[in-house]
Amino acid sequence: MPDDRRKERLDRGIRVRTESVYALSSVREIAYLAAPRALLIGGFLLLPLVVSPESYWGRVSLSVCILALLAMSFDFLASYVGLVCLGGAFLYGVGAYSTAVLNVYVGLPVFLSIPIATVAGAAVCTALIRPCLPLRGIYFAIVTLMYPLLMARIIEAADVLGGTEGLRGVDGFGSSWIEAYGLIAAMLLFLFGMRRYAAENAGLVIRAVGDDDQAVKAAGIDVVAVRTRAVFIAALPACFAGAWYTHMYSGTGISAFAMDLSIMPIAAAVIGGLGTIAGGVLGSLVLVPASELLRDFGSLRIVAYALLLTAFVVLRSEGLLSWAARRYHQFERWVQA
Amino acid sequence: MTDPILAAEGLSKRFGGVRALDDVSFTLQPGEVLGVIGPNGSGKTTLVNCLTGFTKPSGGRVRFRGRDITGLAPHKIADLGVTRTFQVMRPWSSLPAYRNLTIPLCSPRAKRLGGWRGGGRHGDRDTVAMDILEELGFERGSRVPHQLAGSLPTGYLKRLELGRCIALRPDVIICDEAFSGLSPSEIATLIPLIEQLRDRGITLIMIEHRLRELFRVADRVMALTFGRKIAEGPPETVLDHPEVRAAYLGPGGEQP
Repeated sequence: MPDDRRKERLDRGIRVRTESVYALSSVREIAYLAAPRALLIGGFLLLPLVVSPESYWGRVSLSVCILALLAMSFDFLASYVGLVCLGGAFLYGVGAYSTAVLNVYVGLPVFLSIPIATVAGAAVCTALIRPCLPLRGIYFAIVTLMYPLLMARIIEAADVLGGTEGLRGVDGFGSSWIEAYGLIAAMLLFLFGMRRYAAENAGLVIRAVGDDDQAVKAAGIDVVAVRTRAVFIAALPACFAGAWYTHMYSGTGISAFAMDLSIMPIAAAVIGGLGTIAGGVLGSLVLVPASELLRDFGSLRIVAYALLLTAFVVLRSEGLLSWAARRYHQFERWVQA
Repeated sequence: MTDPILAAEGLSKRFGGVRALDDVSFTLQPGEVLGVIGPNGSGKTTLVNCLTGFTKPSGGRVRFRGRDITGLAPHKIADLGVTRTFQVMRPWSSLPAYRNLTIPLCSPRAKRLGGWRGGGRHGDRDTVAMDILEELGFERGSRVPHQLAGSLPTGYLKRLELGRCIALRPDVIICDEAFSGLSPSEIATLIPLIEQLRDRGITLIMIEHRLRELFRVADRVMALTFGRKIAEGPPETVLDHPEVRAAYLGPGGEQP
């Protein structure tokens, strides 16, 4: 080995001063930064070509996207706003029922009912969660846990919106390609949109509220108004996921408010890495296929699943994405000394 | 005498049986620096909290430019221009130092008074934030302003607290122990800054333990013990007041 060579980190020269300021001077450096994003985007866009959307694993890959959307919603609220929402199923269920009502009762076509259900559903969720927003920490968590249970019982007891039968006869997408690519594109849009938003001024204010809300009050900003806006933004991907899934399977029911739709996204976000939004996508990519593969274990499936989860949290508690990002930045190359 | 900018009338606060504030009244003239002294537990921070809406007083009124602001929400009082620092610093630890100023610069008040265009992603706010930090002695061009606020040493954090007030273009700044925990040289750099703020027409209330440093900038001093106001006036007179000396040095205490 010649002596005039030494190892240098690939990101040397790119990172100046801080974690967040970059100075890019060559195509190579841009490529270094863009590669992980390109891999994610490219990977998802190729997915339906590799596994047909109609095949079993094609359906599984769409479930990955649905769970990822819910995980993003949780991560945004928990990591940026400091609101741990244990009622993700509430947001999902409201989106699901909204689109079903718009499609079946009002007769709106699919591509009108989904966006309206997403926005209107998020608005409804925000209005209903609004009274809890002065609450923090465990209080907010426990109250939001009640919301989906409440909705399911109301629909069951009052026998409204199809009662225990659920709402059936919702239009499908017509083509499994539209179904797959629409969902993948929307997931990527939500992912990069939310990451971008968190870096904007409005996003910074939201993160400041998560950090220390008293100091935000002292800065002349209405904390409850900021939290309200944040809940609306977090509700968008979850309502969208509920709405899309309803059209995928031509209907919805009170299972849209089921507990696992609240808990699974949290697991995905934790495994992937909290505070990154993208972590939820990675977590879902691990959890959903794992859950399918573990079907072979029969009744021990949940045991194996729980062990897997525990192992991840204990061994990689920072989350897959944070771990991978750290390793990526530690890549070295040989340079002339 | 002009109309007072801030006034407290018989302000009281009880926590259970404890009278943290007991019938405290004072007025503050525009452009004045009022020092508030008192031993630990004398109600100084409670006074700040009552003035800025963080605690609802049990009795009495707070007036800002004649308007009753008692019990108004903290963000509304800050929006009127009465700002505060926290004794135990509350930086937004996960944001870089200069981004800690972006938050107040995004407030409705700063938007109203700021005049910057806010163009681009973060717009002129970044420049304004850097200007304020430079004023506060954060070396421009160094990595300090870009460091996460959570990793800054106390001296910088104290100044960052002040910076967040300045970013709001305040009429009144209430400093809750801006000097405590600072080295003499750090205080020496802070004092001209306080004087500069006063010269700009900002009215200041300075809660302090460091009497010598306080007396260099304060026009008037008010002393509290057990939530009661026991003396008010020019710094020397207040320090000579027998009750103040008793509170600080014990009964029959001698001049230190």
